[in-house]
Amino acid sequence: MDPLSDATDTDEQPAALPGDGLREGIVDDLRRRIGDAVLDTHISPNDDLWIRVRTDAWRQTAEALKAAGFTFFCFVSGLDWLPSPYGTGEQDPTVEREAPDTEIRQGVTGGETRFQVFARLVDLDRHVGVTIKADVPDEPFAVDSWSAVFAGANWHERETHEMFGIGFNGHPDLRNMYLPTDFEGYPLRKDFPLLARMIKPWPGIVDVEPMPAQDEAAPQPATGEEASDA
Amino acid sequence: MTSLSDRQQLSYIASQAADARLNVELETEGMTLNIGPQHPATHGTLRIICRLDGEQVIWAEPSAGYMHRGYEKLTEVRTFPQVTTLVNRIDWLGSFANEVPFILASEKLMEIEAPERAQVIRTILFELSRIANVSLFLGDLGVQMGAITPVFLAFRDREYVLNLIEGATGGRFHPNFDRIGGLKDDLPKGWIEETRQVMVKLRGFCDIIEDLLFGNEIFQSRMRGIGIIPADVAKDYGLSGANLRASGVDYDLRRDQDIAMAWDKADWKVWTHPDGDAWARCWVRLQETRESCKIVEQLLDQIPAGPIMTKVPRIIKVPEGEAWVSTENPLGEMGYYVVSKGDLGPFRVKIRSASFNNISIVPWALQGVYVPDIITILASLYFILGDIDR
Repeated sequence: MDPLSDATDTDEQPAALPGDGLREGIVDDLRRRIGDAVLDTHISPNDDLWIRVRTDAWRQTAEALKAAGFTFFCFVSGLDWLPSPYGTGEQDPTVEREAPDTEIRQGVTGGETRFQVFARLVDLDRHVGVTIKADVPDEPFAVDSWSAVFAGANWHERETHEMFGIGFNGHPDLRNMYLPTDFEGYPLRKDFPLLARMIKPWPGIVDVEPMPAQDEAAPQPATGEEASDA
Repeated sequence: MTSLSDRQQLSYIASQAADARLNVELETEGMTLNIGPQHPATHGTLRIICRLDGEQVIWAEPSAGYMHRGYEKLTEVRTFPQVTTLVNRIDWLGSFANEVPFILASEKLMEIEAPERAQVIRTILFELSRIANVSLFLGDLGVQMGAITPVFLAFRDREYVLNLIEGATGGRFHPNFDRIGGLKDDLPKGWIEETRQVMVKLRGFCDIIEDLLFGNEIFQSRMRGIGIIPADVAKDYGLSGANLRASGVDYDLRRDQDIAMAWDKADWKVWTHPDGDAWARCWVRLQETRESCKIVEQLLDQIPAGPIMTKVPRIIKVPEGEAWVSTENPLGEMGYYVVSKGDLGPFRVKIRSASFNNISIVPWALQGVYVPDIITILASLYFILGDIDR
């Protein structure tokens, strides 16, 4: 069928791209260093790389990647995969829905738990970055701290602890950064309500209130209903 | 003049000695000095608690959070186009540069790219916001060292740049001009010619600052050898931008990543400095302002004809996926990790702002320094409160 298929067979393989080889090499190298603690990887060719590791190997991964040349620390943060019980942004959070979406779907490289920690490290010589993820089980609701490996992780872990409640074993000082010490709840969790959103209409695609010059009888654009409901 | 390694050694010894002093019971009583939250050198409301032994700092801890606005939570109840209004306010001196990485991340998820004309204009506005931001830094630097004149020059010359940004976007501080798929409007008539003239003025400003400030003996003695950050420590803390390059690390995201912007169309240089002290950080920023003028001047000649907006649906729904895009903003690496579930708004946005990392090194950098140098080091690290607290 295809006259070229037998002549240039290898050209059709996306893996032949140079960037891919680079990122596959990184994954192979990490597998050599931490073995089967690498649970899942995802390569977006010539673009980005995701690696999910076992929770107990979280700190070991940082050490291995640092030894492999990923010396620049970018950030550590958390993810909450529960769909918000208050609906998506444009839905009215005060209305109780009959069948709220409670299916937890993890993103790239999957996962098993509702909460995940993720971090990014960069190799400044090869100009390549990697996003590392790990599940956070309910018991114990913590991962090992990176602050002894990358000093910059100290503040990022404090922020993650404050916003998600995720603990970091071995962190020197998990005080709040932003919130008062007696603050209850973890603001970036999906089930933490955003109060301003509860009492105000959604700042939607079109203006909620008609403009002064606008005739109220004038036909609204198609999205008007959606917004004025909210 | 001592060599760099010697100076680094001295700073290490001083910090070690400071550590040791904490553990020994001293006869003299230590003193706790509170800087801020309202202090001119903190550019807003950052509080720094220092414990002093005589004139020397033995322990310092910044206390951020006086301006936390919770943008990461707010983005979850906004649509994608609305998020630019929020992120404009993160680094308020270089607002346009905050919008770009978020828009690029959204475009990456939607698998679209802005037309070439939009890319070039984006890059020009990005560099203009860098010039506006860093020129104010150069003036402010003088004030913090006790020199009053440069700040007046800086405010005057920054105004020219702000006028340009206002002319193109309609907003002096918060342009909100970037759209998914391109830009809101095309450039107005006569803007290109005016920008050329302003760039000549800004080059003159850089020369004056170099003469007045960097050539000043007092200024030099206040800056040289103060607050040395070795490259390893800088990378550990995730310092980025001029702070990283002043430690001798040759890394600039404008050059070192493949991104849908027009920096590769211009001929310019990434400046580094081997010393890693306060002087080096300020000097690198001065050179970067000149390079930005160079980039803008070259790109003005290369704006291609064509549309400024690609075809996007009227109601933007971003497909499910995750994307990370970061750019070299005036303060350093600014990035957005955008998670979309296919809705009108993002599911989660992690904002990685440069100042948060840049200021997390303060407890390390202030160990063992003398009280007047606290301000020098803070000024040279250059942070903006909105960029720390988000």
